[in-house]
Amino acid sequence: MTLSAPVAQPLGWAERSTAARFLRHSGAIAAVELDKLLRDPTEILTRAIQPSLWLIVFGEVFTRTRAIPTGSLSYLDFMAPGVLAQSVLFTAIFYGIAVIWERDLGIVHKLLVSPASREALVFGKALAAGLRALTQAVFIVLLALILGVHLRLDVGSLAGVALVVMLGGALFSTFSFVIACLVKTRERFMGIGQVLTMPLFFASNAIYPLSMMPNWLARIARFNPLTYLVSALRSLMLVGQGASTIPLDIGVLCLVFVLLLLLGARLYPGIAR
Amino acid sequence: MPNNDAGSAVRTQKLTRSFGDLVAVDAMDVVVAGERIFGLLGPNGAGKSTAIKMLTTLLPPTSGTAVVAGHDIRREPADVRRHIGYVPQLVSADGTLTGVENLLLSARLYDIPGSECRERIRESLEFMGLTEAARSPVRTYSGGMVRRLELAQAMLHRPAVLFLDEPTIGLDPIARHAVWGRLRASRRQYSMTVVITTHDMEEADELCDELAIMHAGRIVARGTPSALKHGISPNATLDDVFTKYAGASLEEGGNYRDTLRTRRTATRLG
Repeated sequence: MTLSAPVAQPLGWAERSTAARFLRHSGAIAAVELDKLLRDPTEILTRAIQPSLWLIVFGEVFTRTRAIPTGSLSYLDFMAPGVLAQSVLFTAIFYGIAVIWERDLGIVHKLLVSPASREALVFGKALAAGLRALTQAVFIVLLALILGVHLRLDVGSLAGVALVVMLGGALFSTFSFVIACLVKTRERFMGIGQVLTMPLFFASNAIYPLSMMPNWLARIARFNPLTYLVSALRSLMLVGQGASTIPLDIGVLCLVFVLLLLLGARLYPGIAR
Repeated sequence: MPNNDAGSAVRTQKLTRSFGDLVAVDAMDVVVAGERIFGLLGPNGAGKSTAIKMLTTLLPPTSGTAVVAGHDIRREPADVRRHIGYVPQLVSADGTLTGVENLLLSARLYDIPGSECRERIRESLEFMGLTEAARSPVRTYSGGMVRRLELAQAMLHRPAVLFLDEPTIGLDPIARHAVWGRLRASRRQYSMTVVITTHDMEEADELCDELAIMHAGRIVARGTPSALKHGISPNATLDDVFTKYAGASLEEGGNYRDTLRTRRTATRLG
């Protein structure tokens, strides 16, 4: 007896190319995530509240008190990219809860028995998180503009901001994904998420410069990817900032993202066991 | 290409998985011939789900291996995945998406060319009796509809071997018979081999061509349902068969975690 299942499919160029397959699989995952986001956009709105408070309340007050030395920049200018980076971090860091949710259902199992590579699946989720972060960026940039932050508004700078925001969202969501794969339960994950966000935020240059920090904190901040995200955004967003650190900032973000992606792809199958 | 060294769709060789001291599947040797509906029957905790997870490449064996659809699960897991379909015991359709969107995701992940995609989705929705509900969110579906959608998703790429973990758990009798009917029909239409796990005697009896009875990680008996029963007495049930070979009733077994999972699936589908 033979197995005559008609599984043979004629392969076009798109099927033969590994890169095209990878992107198609990632795109399929990202499309699903975005569909869900657009179907229930309340999250986009509620996520906008916190950064608004930081800019409107904290920013305005500290601009007046001049308690934080930010050189030639007003404090509000200085902190606007920091608040954007913070919003990217806070939105992305709980992203992993979705994987735990999908595990309690059987969706993870369905994805993991498909021929899509684990890297493509994780990248698809990161891509969706990047696009989600972008919705935050649009809102925060508009708000900053209204508050009179001196923003660069040329197309190149705005495109650069968009790309860096997506990269940041992808990085921190994949970090969150890795944690979710390690802890596997909702309760532990929420606990760890809470514990991580504030240290990541305070041990960075988001709301005060590295030069103000005690040495030990500044040293820690240099190992914090958020610092590089803030630095890249500050250079790209604000009028009169040098561009010299941008290659280093983006290089570090890309490197950390790729390492997390590979780690996430390795850990992902473990969540279905 | 799935090729069949000896006409078998699945062939395990001393397939073993332990979790710490517990040997969940113990040196399993089983051959499933092509185009059969093969049932792994046993109580909760017998090792059925663990066996299926290994055969679908979700869980690496501790030792031993298996050839599924012509490919070794340890050496060629990606090839195995291309040629199998899997419906887990848990609910794998995404409730927030519509039926069509769920199918579209599967089509893309399984590299079904765009030109064929729409026709195949339409066809599978019709076959599963879901055409009318195609554009409604899956969370509005009944349990039977969810299961049929999951079958459609798992079969969209015409797998050589379809694995189903407790396919009718939590379904009412009418929905169960509907699922069985679609399974029998699609097995014929696509020359597909179906491997199911079940702890339900009626399902084993009515649906399966062949059974392997599992107890504590081992296969204790195998054969066609009628041969197994007649081996004991003319009026024997599969429970009698199980009691004879395992020294326990099918109704026993399982632990807290199994029970939790079973109830959760039942609640979602019911």
